Amino acid sequence: MSEAMERKRQVAAARRVRDERRGAPAGHAWSVLRAAIVVVNALLAVAFAAVAAAGETAAAPRFGLGSAADDARMAAWDIAIDAAGASLPAGQGSARDGASIYAAKCAHCHGASGREGPDPPLVGGAGSLDGDAPMQTVGSYWPYATTIYDYVHRAMPFTAPGSLAPDEVYALTAFLLHANGIIAADTVLDRDSLPAVRMPNRGGFVPDPRPDVP
Amino acid sequence: MSRIDRRRFLRRARNTAGGVVAGLLAGSGRPVHATDTTRMQGGPARPYGERSRFEKLVRWITPARYPTSTASWTPLAGLDGVVTPSALHYERHHGGVPDIDPHAHRLLVHGLVTRPLEFTLEALRRFPQVVRLCFLECSGNGYREWTGPGGADVQQTHGLTSCSEWTGVRLADVLAECGVGPAARWVLAEGADGAAMTRSIPLAKCLDDVILAYAQNGEALRPEQGYPLRLLVPGYEGSISVKWLRRLKLGEQPWYTREETAKYTDLMPDGSAREFSFVMEAKSVITQPSPGGEPLAAGFHEIRGLAWSGRGRVTRVEVSCDDGATWQDATLHGPVLPVCHTRFTLPWRWDGAATVLASRCHDETGYVQPTREALRAVRGDHSFYHYNGIQRWRVDAAGRLFNV
Repeated sequence: MSEAMERKRQVAAARRVRDERRGAPAGHAWSVLRAAIVVVNALLAVAFAAVAAAGETAAAPRFGLGSAADDARMAAWDIAIDAAGASLPAGQGSARDGASIYAAKCAHCHGASGREGPDPPLVGGAGSLDGDAPMQTVGSYWPYATTIYDYVHRAMPFTAPGSLAPDEVYALTAFLLHANGIIAADTVLDRDSLPAVRMPNRGGFVPDPRPDVP
Repeated sequence: MSRIDRRRFLRRARNTAGGVVAGLLAGSGRPVHATDTTRMQGGPARPYGERSRFEKLVRWITPARYPTSTASWTPLAGLDGVVTPSALHYERHHGGVPDIDPHAHRLLVHGLVTRPLEFTLEALRRFPQVVRLCFLECSGNGYREWTGPGGADVQQTHGLTSCSEWTGVRLADVLAECGVGPAARWVLAEGADGAAMTRSIPLAKCLDDVILAYAQNGEALRPEQGYPLRLLVPGYEGSISVKWLRRLKLGEQPWYTREETAKYTDLMPDGSAREFSFVMEAKSVITQPSPGGEPLAAGFHEIRGLAWSGRGRVTRVEVSCDDGATWQDATLHGPVLPVCHTRFTLPWRWDGAATVLASRCHDETGYVQPTREALRAVRGDHSFYHYNGIQRWRVDAAGRLFNV
């Protein structure tokens, strides 16, 4: 409200200056007009206050569109695993468990050991990022192990995305981490141990400094 | 025309190469050409238009092991104006083009909101509408140009950008409907494609100018462009304008998905990598003349091209016809809109001597498009995304053009 009053005062002051410059006409008609302006300003101030008050309860929906989210849909669609792994599901797996799943469902594109392709390698490249031939693999480049779970679950295998059970995804994640020398063959990954895995390139990412080229 | 003249004409006409069919229109005495469209009825009206059968322009598709995970490049050299025909808009798919029934489609908005809501297309269409022209560009556009000339022609060097008129609703309106929680800073956008493509977007950008788009160039989105609903994030790399959008989740931190860690990050010479490098910086290219066309004849040509900036309006495009020795201001064809392809032209008289053509643009932030050398001096040779160097076309004495 005080803001509205201040604004009103400023507007009135500006109008006085303007009128003086223009040499505003004196006399009764002008007084009436000015009185009317004062009344209008007062009404505007009230309206302004009302709008400001409404702003304080802006949480109310404005259009009344959409319907309450369906719980089953939310549960089914909410597959994203963030960097902290807060929404990882129950389940577990180790690299030993993952080896046969990898051979059956992944090696066709990624190679027997994750290095051979034909698709770009998943394994190797440690320490290569600042060299002449950097290899950006899961092991050398990815900053979070939880991202492996998220991506394998949502998008792999390429021909049957979303088909892997949590145990399989944990096992494949473990297989890839072990192949990159990050965890032991018998380390069991689950919703608690996976977020605790520290990736070698965890500190390798920096904010975008652009424009950076003179 | 006498009988003998007529016979002579018929004989001559029969012998003429080029498909001229001899004949005389009864009564008029005028020769009739099979392609004289004024002498016959044309084709019937058709419910959904197609281009002329003589027009053959198509996208170029990057050869890939899987046809559902590739990119298709807009044939910029053959296009005029600033709006890309929807059928020639560039594409990048990570898991193919889903076939989505719009009546069954839902947008779910949840996470740090007061009211998790889901929206049908019908409900979204009831929000106040916004319409804007806006370019999209894959951040990998020009990825082969970092260390030297890569693409054979402008389609292969710059074809991962296109420009359309988009219609939809403000994401800010939809988020307000759900009530944005005070702790929310990021929004995860997820597609309904086979990659369930996901990107994290700063909430501030979402509240600024992001659109939930359902129409492109006046009609429903093409399936390849995200039918029935996509994000349009003006000025940011294309992959963040998530197609086939089905879910938005608000959170405190970015999710660090594969598409913002393994991909769409920029490796620097010191081994560090830039994350969340969203903006597509100012860029321009001469589309006519450019490699692959008919060799140039000496004489007058109009140099034509496109310029754009993810940071706002293009304010100036300079063109050099002498390998950078001198630069002239090209004409910008208005209205020059922010984050929109801008057409530029410059008259040029080619003297027939070998030379190099190039363009560089400026945007309203004062940014000037850099050279390849300037980019490499800062970012080295191992970045893949965000190449926006000055494109040079060499013209040889025979009038042929090459990427140099």
